[in-house]
Amino acid sequence: MSEKIPVHISRELYEKAKKFIEEQGGFQSVEELVEFLLQEALLAEEAGPAEMSREDEEKVKERLRALGYI
Amino acid sequence: MVSRPHGGRLVDRVARGGSRRRLLAEAGEMPRLSIGDGLAADVANIAHGVYSPLEGFMVQEDYQSVLHDMRLSSDLPWTIPVVLDASPEELAGVREGDEVALYHRGRPLAVLRVEEIYGWDRREYALNVYKTLDPGHPGVARLSRRKELFVGGPLLLIEEPSEPFEEVRLWPKETRVLFEARGWRTIAAFQTRNVPHLGHEYVQKAALTFTDGLFINPLVGWKKPGDYRDEVIVEAYQALIGSYYPRDSVVFSVLRMEMRYAGPREAIHHAIVRKNFGATHFIVGRDHAGVGSYYGPYEAWELFREFPDLGITPLFVHEAFYCRKCGQMVNEKICPHSDEYRVRISGTMLRRMIKRGERPPEYMMRPEVAEVILKHPSPFIEEG
Ligand SMILES: [Zn+2]
Repeated sequence: MSEKIPVHISRELYEKAKKFIEEQGGFQSVEELVEFLLQEALLAEEAGPAEMSREDEEKVKERLRALGYI
Repeated sequence: MVSRPHGGRLVDRVARGGSRRRLLAEAGEMPRLSIGDGLAADVANIAHGVYSPLEGFMVQEDYQSVLHDMRLSSDLPWTIPVVLDASPEELAGVREGDEVALYHRGRPLAVLRVEEIYGWDRREYALNVYKTLDPGHPGVARLSRRKELFVGGPLLLIEEPSEPFEEVRLWPKETRVLFEARGWRTIAAFQTRNVPHLGHEYVQKAALTFTDGLFINPLVGWKKPGDYRDEVIVEAYQALIGSYYPRDSVVFSVLRMEMRYAGPREAIHHAIVRKNFGATHFIVGRDHAGVGSYYGPYEAWELFREFPDLGITPLFVHEAFYCRKCGQMVNEKICPHSDEYRVRISGTMLRRMIKRGERPPEYMMRPEVAEVILKHPSPFIEEG
């Protein structure tokens, strides 16, 4: 996380973000805000879905059957 | 209906597929924190939703809020800190925003994104959670060995820690499917760190009389010397259930989680955890999660009254004993007779008998259970 590389975003979005930080606080710079939000989004993506799919449920039932629970 | 998870959504922080491969590959390059068995169990519990809504180890705001208000900063009830400790040396060069790899027994277990590194105060922790500074309290004693800093932030599990009781270990998403499959609408959960005697059986069956199912969920993992070994508890319960419980009305599985011996606060924690497993009711007995005489016998019951928004219903069950006049197992609430008729089942007394290799009488312990314990060469955890 030490090395930084530039990323381009629209000026409009940048200004909005800057205004947001000025009003809400919590971040030192737009860069920090962007990095935080990206991290959050990527972590949320990497974690599994909140709802269990049919397929997942079948897998769970398979294990429960194999262990003699159902 | 099974309970809604605490906070509304069952947390799932298990990395899968491509992101798991990426994290595994990168973990070797990340700053490394080595964690012990207890924290590894916490990591797995977080990832599998046992501690929903927690997605990682607590940041300072939540930690402080839990200490002083028994709630997360979101106002959701939560009574026991779930924190990751590390030393300043281990954290040298680690900054907020970095990803660190949590290693357990030499293997990468999880990746944690450091949201906050903060100091903490042992006295403040002990006085709030344990209500004592006495180093004779097993929880306080363990606290003194924790490192100076806490690291808060969300995590992703990349490798399952090994589990010797794999075949009787279920995660919340599994018990939820299981309870649904059985058609249970009300489920009473029973927390234990003991082998079952007839008092426990009485309490469990009293609850099961009014609920669709019983969920027996003993803790495995670190316990204090003198407590029963994990395998003894598991085998004793299997023997009991096999001979005395209708198979379709009980689910038995273990939970790897350390005892804190924090009494009333831990009782609330135990209830929240079982809510995440899908239980609708939680059995709270005498001196739940207590140790020595640090907490009043029914102090936990009082504390439950402060949490009308817990989302799981406590079942307060008085201690059971055998009454010779009633001719059966009863409790304070239903038996009018005096002490001369009452035969109490004391865990301490049972322990003493077992240590001497004596078989407890059948009104205290089922012979099948006694058999399992007595044939074990060393049923108790030893000092050191
Ligand atoms: Zn009586």
